[in-house]
Amino acid sequence: MLRIDAMRAVYPQLERCVVVTIMGAVAAELQSIGHRPNFFYLQHAMGLASSLGLGIALSRPELKVVVFDGDASILMNLGGLTTLARYKPKNLVHVVFDNESLLSVGGFPSATSTGSDLAGIAAAAGVPRTTTVGTIDAFDVAFNEALHADELSTIVAKVKAQGPAKFVTDLSLLENRFQFKRWLCDDTSAKV
Amino acid sequence: MPVSVANSQLIFDALKACDVRLFSALPETWLVHLVRMAEDDPETILVRLAKEEEGVGISMGAYFAGVKSAMLMQNHGFFAAINGIISGAQLYRVPLLMIISHRGEFGERDPWQTEGGISTIRVLEAMGIPYDRLDDPASIPHRIAKAQTLAESALRPVALLLTRDLMWEE
Repeated sequence: MLRIDAMRAVYPQLERCVVVTIMGAVAAELQSIGHRPNFFYLQHAMGLASSLGLGIALSRPELKVVVFDGDASILMNLGGLTTLARYKPKNLVHVVFDNESLLSVGGFPSATSTGSDLAGIAAAAGVPRTTTVGTIDAFDVAFNEALHADELSTIVAKVKAQGPAKFVTDLSLLENRFQFKRWLCDDTSAKV
Repeated sequence: MPVSVANSQLIFDALKACDVRLFSALPETWLVHLVRMAEDDPETILVRLAKEEEGVGISMGAYFAGVKSAMLMQNHGFFAAINGIISGAQLYRVPLLMIISHRGEFGERDPWQTEGGISTIRVLEAMGIPYDRLDDPASIPHRIAKAQTLAESALRPVALLLTRDLMWEE
């Protein structure tokens, strides 16, 4: 499964969610499918996308929050998984694209390449719904179930270590940040 | 444990008066009462962290979502959060109110706190983080309010250092 195909499969459902992504390939590929004002790309602070999603989910329980994380990113913040599990926000869907690699910095193998099981780690941390999927169809089903489950979910999607040709996009970091905050805090925006 | 309940209450009340509604925290001796107050107050959310850097992400999310927050941490926790502060809050121009207990200053008896005490202000200055020391109970409300005002007008992290004279009664 390619990560971009997985995101493309669930893209229509993202229109009414708050979406937070990690840096690199995930951010560039989601922007190539189509940027929306309710998407925020954390282009650095590696590991903190899930924490940022938790901050939004706890602050705004009426909104559905989707985090697109990565294996090497969540490996930097495994403690954060225990914090997610501790507060179990019902409005958070945590997707980890696991390509077993630090792709954007040269493709070095991550610890999932030698058997570390992120869904198992999430489950053991106390995340109530966890699964690992390896096909687009299985991802689509798991994502839609999680979106409607009303329970914190971590979905580990096994994807190929293949990304876009370049990671810098035309969307500046600050433009994204101000647009995103305005969308979240502007009552007239279309929300869930 | 001679941590000042009265001054912890002054700090908590001042933060609430600034509309802070979400706290992230890791326990540390000087912060025990503040953390308990944040947990007991029905109007505030307390997020107990595994490591302080998570708190930067949580505060960024809360800010984007329109909720004011504060981080409660020791100076060593601040050191542990540095990458998140630089490549998260500073990179994205997010106001971040950091309440940092300044362990390792004059009067410190715990040998393990002493290196951190020496480095805290130098690290804050190297990062360009405006800071103030809270050492006088009477000045707590307006110093906290002014720190929050600058964080929001500058769209940058700011730090308030909790001192031994304020927090420790013996």
